[in-house]
Amino acid sequence: MRSFYKIPFFHRLDIKHFSRFERQVNGDNIFKLVGILSASSILLLLGLMIYELINGSWLSIQAFGLNFIFGTKWDPAILQVFGALPLIFGTIVTSAIALIIGVPISIGVGLALSEYMPRKFGFAISFLVELLAAVPSVIYGLWGIFILIPFLRDYVYSYLQTFFGFIPIFSGPIYGGGVLTGGIVLAIMIIPTVSAVMRDLFSAVPNSQREAIIALGATKWETVKIVISYVRSGIIGAVILGLGRAVGETMAITMVIGNKFQVCPSSLFDAWYTMSAIIANELLEATYDLYVSALMNVALVLLFVTLMINILSRLIVWRVLMLVRGLARE
Amino acid sequence: MAPKFEIEDLNAWFNSKQVLKNINMKIEEKAVTAIIGPSGCGKTTFIRCLNRMHEATPGARVSGKVLFNGVNIYDNGVDPVMIRRKIGMVFQKPNPFPMMSIYDNVAAGLKLNGVRDKKTLDVVVRRSLELANLWDEVKYELNNSGASLSGGQQQRLCIARALAVEPEVLLMDESCSALDPIATAKIEILIRKLAENYTIVIVTHNMQQAARVSDYTAFLYLGKLIEYGPTKQIFENPKHELTEKYLTGEFG
Amino acid sequence: MSKINCYKFRIIKDYIARFLVYLSLTLALIPIISILYEVVQRSVFVINLDFFINSAPTVGEKGGGIANAIQGTLITISLASIIGTPIGLMSGVFLSEYSEYKLSLIVRFFSDVLSGIPSIVIGVFAYALIVRSIGFSVIAAAFALAIIMIPIITRTTEEALKIVPLSLREAAIALGVPRWKTVIAIVLRSARKAVTTGILLSIARIAGESAPILVTMGYWRWWFEGLDRPVANLALNVFVFAMSPFENWIALAWGSAFLLILLVLWISIAVRVLTKGRY
Repeated sequence: MRSFYKIPFFHRLDIKHFSRFERQVNGDNIFKLVGILSASSILLLLGLMIYELINGSWLSIQAFGLNFIFGTKWDPAILQVFGALPLIFGTIVTSAIALIIGVPISIGVGLALSEYMPRKFGFAISFLVELLAAVPSVIYGLWGIFILIPFLRDYVYSYLQTFFGFIPIFSGPIYGGGVLTGGIVLAIMIIPTVSAVMRDLFSAVPNSQREAIIALGATKWETVKIVISYVRSGIIGAVILGLGRAVGETMAITMVIGNKFQVCPSSLFDAWYTMSAIIANELLEATYDLYVSALMNVALVLLFVTLMINILSRLIVWRVLMLVRGLARE
Repeated sequence: MAPKFEIEDLNAWFNSKQVLKNINMKIEEKAVTAIIGPSGCGKTTFIRCLNRMHEATPGARVSGKVLFNGVNIYDNGVDPVMIRRKIGMVFQKPNPFPMMSIYDNVAAGLKLNGVRDKKTLDVVVRRSLELANLWDEVKYELNNSGASLSGGQQQRLCIARALAVEPEVLLMDESCSALDPIATAKIEILIRKLAENYTIVIVTHNMQQAARVSDYTAFLYLGKLIEYGPTKQIFENPKHELTEKYLTGEFG
Repeated sequence: MSKINCYKFRIIKDYIARFLVYLSLTLALIPIISILYEVVQRSVFVINLDFFINSAPTVGEKGGGIANAIQGTLITISLASIIGTPIGLMSGVFLSEYSEYKLSLIVRFFSDVLSGIPSIVIGVFAYALIVRSIGFSVIAAAFALAIIMIPIITRTTEEALKIVPLSLREAAIALGVPRWKTVIAIVLRSARKAVTTGILLSIARIAGESAPILVTMGYWRWWFEGLDRPVANLALNVFVFAMSPFENWIALAWGSAFLLILLVLWISIAVRVLTKGRY
């Protein structure tokens, strides 16, 4: 075929035979290799993290073994003995409070965004909720110290104590911060994530199901009940996801919880400590190797707990979404 | 005229399913060859074996020989990328690059292969759009997005894009199926014009189109080549019973 | 008679449910509105020229600014992005374009796992790996932040590339373009808005992180002195200043919080604007 213009490169384009070397080393293979290396580096980082944490905790593991998890004394100064049980309790209790307060609200928000709000408002509200998720942890802590604590101390806790003071957890001195305040701050922080998952779960339920129930003469609430029952196990997955977030939260909680190491706080208004908070507060103060190792041991426990929670929640949420979408296709 | 393609014992699989069974045929150069047959007979797979696109799909496998200008394109040392510059393809649904202008779409093949000189690109773009019968319609709008054209124009843009890299063959996989009759007619005229200088292989499910446009026709059924010959002979005097049944509309 | 009562009962339940839903929505929105309001209100008087020019105040010193914190944060974020973005991008490309490999299944799963690890733990990792050898440094902090960035960028890049239709890829391959060029020049280019969004989001995320900064650099009052030394950080300053007894420090905490929220707000808006277009 005659060529109407000179493009030297193209004229020389015959079907070329490449040697084995040229076939191995070419743009495609190099690109693929870079991709494999990058992707593998994620696995490498994770593995290295686990290794370094175990390595760093080794002194502590040797000294205390499993008693670290069951020990209740944390005395870096005199006895040089470390036990993490109160920290674990602190993390569990504050996270539990966060879930008790945060999950119902998140379900409400998820329902609002998916079932109740008209489209126009939905976008603005979603934006605000997303903003809530983007606010850095320290700012929650800052707001917690100067606005939430005074508010709770003056307007909420005093009334709580007046009415429920006979129950031990509501008795005791009130200074504003403490366990309950920590739980409330955590609740506020997990609401954006959990409600986003809830909204996605509810939205995934096909409209045909809603229409079927409405055609039978159901009220809005009865329709919503059906939607919720559809994705019941997904809700559990979302809750566990929220739990993972609450457990790992550091700065906000250390700014409001009081940072007092004790096996059991005297009341919900008393100060306490969590795993993440003690690492943040004491790692820079740790002056000798066993101390550092004990803190790294805490980090190791925290890592382990978080990994379990996250893997579990992702499996559940993923499975439910697949199930619901599969049903939608039929 | 010498055969452009000599296909010998071509077999193709998709995962464990065999899609093409022992195809043997010769495709003439500077002529239009139509591949017809009912849905699922392997027409698309066949044409994608001619430019080694079939194996780009995960799970696909090919065996046999396809001689192009006497060289087996499935030979061990041959680079599929080079093949595709000599054997171009136009798809069923027009797929211009939406994030590029009309000019950049046509020039894409050259630019991605290192041709930078603006003057050369200008000449190539104009020449390719003229070859594709699209130049007059877009010459003042070369900077508009490739996706802003009508369906038929987009398809001609894709043809121009394919022609810009100076292939010797143009494979067209049901390229008119997504278009209205007027746009289809324009492309059929274009095909006949291009056949003067290029070897064209079209896949079509429209028998009348094959009869109108092609010089040779191949009838495929369930992965096997049933009959192949000059179009006039296939349509007026089919040798095989299956061919006749298909042409008279008894199935497919 | 009972049928009508039953119906009324259902209506009442419906109203109660509606009320509870809107109540939870209100409860959820009160904190964010309160935070935004308070941050603005309490930082208004602190934000002046001094705020941006001066460096951190010493104990007992009046006034002061966060200029060094701005410098330090910019340096740390930049270094973290330089480390994290290429790895995240290429991993996302790999997961999307080479998804037939078993490796991509494994990496996708563990990338999500990595994204759920508390930032304090990642900080401790950086502490163990880098601080114990090089010392408290920007490098250690940037390393920790990069680890936080990578899963985010990987996931958003993969999602962005997956949306690009197969027909575009095939069109490029049919032109005789090698696969790697197809990915870079066609697929990535097509998805550039979404990919950029992911990178911006991850930057917004690490700008607000303070826990890993605390354990890899600690509080730093001076200017940049080298990559193997610590540097000031805006988010960490909020923590340190807020917990201090000095009024001017607390005011600076609110001012820094204002800047941080402004940054986060900007990036959220930019992301919304970017994703309004196609792809």
